[in-house]
Amino acid sequence: MCLLKVEDVYKSYGDFMVLRGISFQLEKGEIKVIIGPSGTGKSTLLRCLNGLTSPDKGKIWIDGVEVTDPKTNINKIRSNIGFVFQSFNLFAHLTALDNVCIGLVKVKGMKKSEARLLAMEELRRVGLEDKAGAYPAELSGGQQQRVSIARALAMNPKLILFDEPTSALDPELIGEVLNVMIDLAKGGMTMLVVSHEIGFCRAVADEILFLDEGKIIEKGHPSVLLTNPSYKRTKEFLHKIIELYGEERD
Amino acid sequence: MTGFFDFALTYLPVLFEGTIVTLEIWAWCMLGGTILGLFLGLGRVYGNKSIYALSTGYIELFRGTPMLAQILFVYFGLPEINILLSPIVAASIALGMNTAAYQAEYFRGAIRSIEAGQVEAARALGMTQTQVISNIVLPQALRRVIPQWSNEAILLLKYSSIAFVIGVPELMARAQMIGYSTFRFFDAFLLAAFIYLMITSILAQCLHMLDKRVSVLPRAG
Amino acid sequence: MIYLTLLKELPYLLEGVLVALELLLAFMSLGFIIGMVLSVTEVYGNRWSSTLAFMIERFFRGVPAIVLIFLFYYGLSDIYNISPFAAATLALGFRTGAYQSQIFKGAIQAVGPGQMMAARAIGMGKIQAIWSIILPQALRFGIGPWSNEFASELKDTSLAYTIGVVELLRRAKYIVSYTYGNALIVYGFCAILYLILVRLGNTVLYRIEKKLQIPGFETRKEGGLG
Repeated sequence: MCLLKVEDVYKSYGDFMVLRGISFQLEKGEIKVIIGPSGTGKSTLLRCLNGLTSPDKGKIWIDGVEVTDPKTNINKIRSNIGFVFQSFNLFAHLTALDNVCIGLVKVKGMKKSEARLLAMEELRRVGLEDKAGAYPAELSGGQQQRVSIARALAMNPKLILFDEPTSALDPELIGEVLNVMIDLAKGGMTMLVVSHEIGFCRAVADEILFLDEGKIIEKGHPSVLLTNPSYKRTKEFLHKIIELYGEERD
Repeated sequence: MTGFFDFALTYLPVLFEGTIVTLEIWAWCMLGGTILGLFLGLGRVYGNKSIYALSTGYIELFRGTPMLAQILFVYFGLPEINILLSPIVAASIALGMNTAAYQAEYFRGAIRSIEAGQVEAARALGMTQTQVISNIVLPQALRRVIPQWSNEAILLLKYSSIAFVIGVPELMARAQMIGYSTFRFFDAFLLAAFIYLMITSILAQCLHMLDKRVSVLPRAG
Repeated sequence: MIYLTLLKELPYLLEGVLVALELLLAFMSLGFIIGMVLSVTEVYGNRWSSTLAFMIERFFRGVPAIVLIFLFYYGLSDIYNISPFAAATLALGFRTGAYQSQIFKGAIQAVGPGQMMAARAIGMGKIQAIWSIILPQALRFGIGPWSNEFASELKDTSLAYTIGVVELLRRAKYIVSYTYGNALIVYGFCAILYLILVRLGNTVLYRIEKKLQIPGFETRKEGGLG
């Protein structure tokens, strides 16, 4: 059974239809990357998946539970899905450690002492155990994003959603975050990533979905889609991306 | 000038007693006013339509009418519906309700200034609305509101002088009494003025230090 | 019964409103001038004059309004038989002058040092620069906070009650005394009158603010050319 199933999702903001009939699936352990021009609803799609936004039409299932059903306990679902934001969104008044702990204590009801141990583990995993006592404002963008990944990981999620995780970072900081993400991928985490980091796609993506004007224009394995896309629009977009952001990243 | 100095020495104790009463009123109305103000502010940000309407109505009423009118209404008007209050209680209630209206707006501003992204992240973790408010929004909002809250506190200390109109024996009232008995009104009020200057300065200093200690947290990038 | 009395006394009460408005106009104008002088002195004056201005401003902001009203009334009564209205005007005028000087000071500083430098660079004297370049811009920055101050002072006209100025609240008190009660309704009615006044005042000031705005100006909040 698939972990994530999206069926025929539509969403408009006022007159503007952002998502026009999106359907796809994600199996456990799969890594899919969504690429496409800005403003085409990629962020909106991710937010529909954990209920931060509701689609106008269509259904979404996570591990068999229907997210779009108003009777579902959305907080329970959210506690099992990780979400990494483009602007990190760390809690400014808490240290890195407390940022990672707070979900465990408040949502999962864990004891503070237990939560701290677990949180330290996650911080170690992203390479930031020495910054446990630092406040977000004292950390660089790349460090903040890694803490936010640790925060998501601590909840032991079945799936992690990434909303353009490196777009707000200075170029030299992107690498440290991508490396963490690649490690996660290799470790078997199920991930749905919105990004234009082609190098990341080549390294670990099982499939790339090209989203434009609210529809999935094309999907395919990186080795196919990146070298020989079937559609003109895909070709044009990839061209632009490579122009702007350069090719691979080590 | 020695006349004034002797005068001061003689009557300082009386004025000091009045100052205690001033501080009493101030403490009570700040306590009640801050709590009520916080609820009103929360109601304006998170409340449903009726809570929003009620809070807004309350705030408009108390910000749109003079404090003097409010205190006269509470002290002279309420007995007509069988609510009899002593001058000190009436003054504290009127001033408290007044400051709550102003503080509500400061709290509202501070709450809304907390970046929406943090709220989203908290929801994404699975927190309920209540958890988001108490664990993420309020801890930061309460720190941000301190400068404006301090201004309000100082303002209220000065406006407490209005209580003398309904006979509360605070600083102003005592100065007036001294005036009546010595006919040296100007000196009495001048002394009172200096005492007010002193206590507001001390308060301002303390609050400034509080702000520095608590707002050490820089804002996140 | 009381409602009939209120209706009968409406003109009397409205006269009280007029007195309050007269008072407001009088002391706000005084305050405007004092505020301008204090703020310009504080920002551009030499060490002595700016310190003096600072101390004056501190005193009149730090002492409660009622105390100031009594100080002026009793203080000046020794020299000259001053009316309560005049004493209130002076007291509240100096007080609002101190508050307004803060507003103007902020507005002047928001204009930015670059403007003064540019004005001196083309040969203007300091006073001329302040008058033709700094103040016109500063006044527009100050409109918003000034309107708030105005609305706040409208309510503070009621404080003149304490030395016997026969404005709205004192007239209300007379009605309450001679009808032996009904404080709730009479004071409540006055409160409503004030509400209407404040609302009206805010609307008018808002319109004026909108009219005086320079396009694109308001987005620059602090620092001019720098």
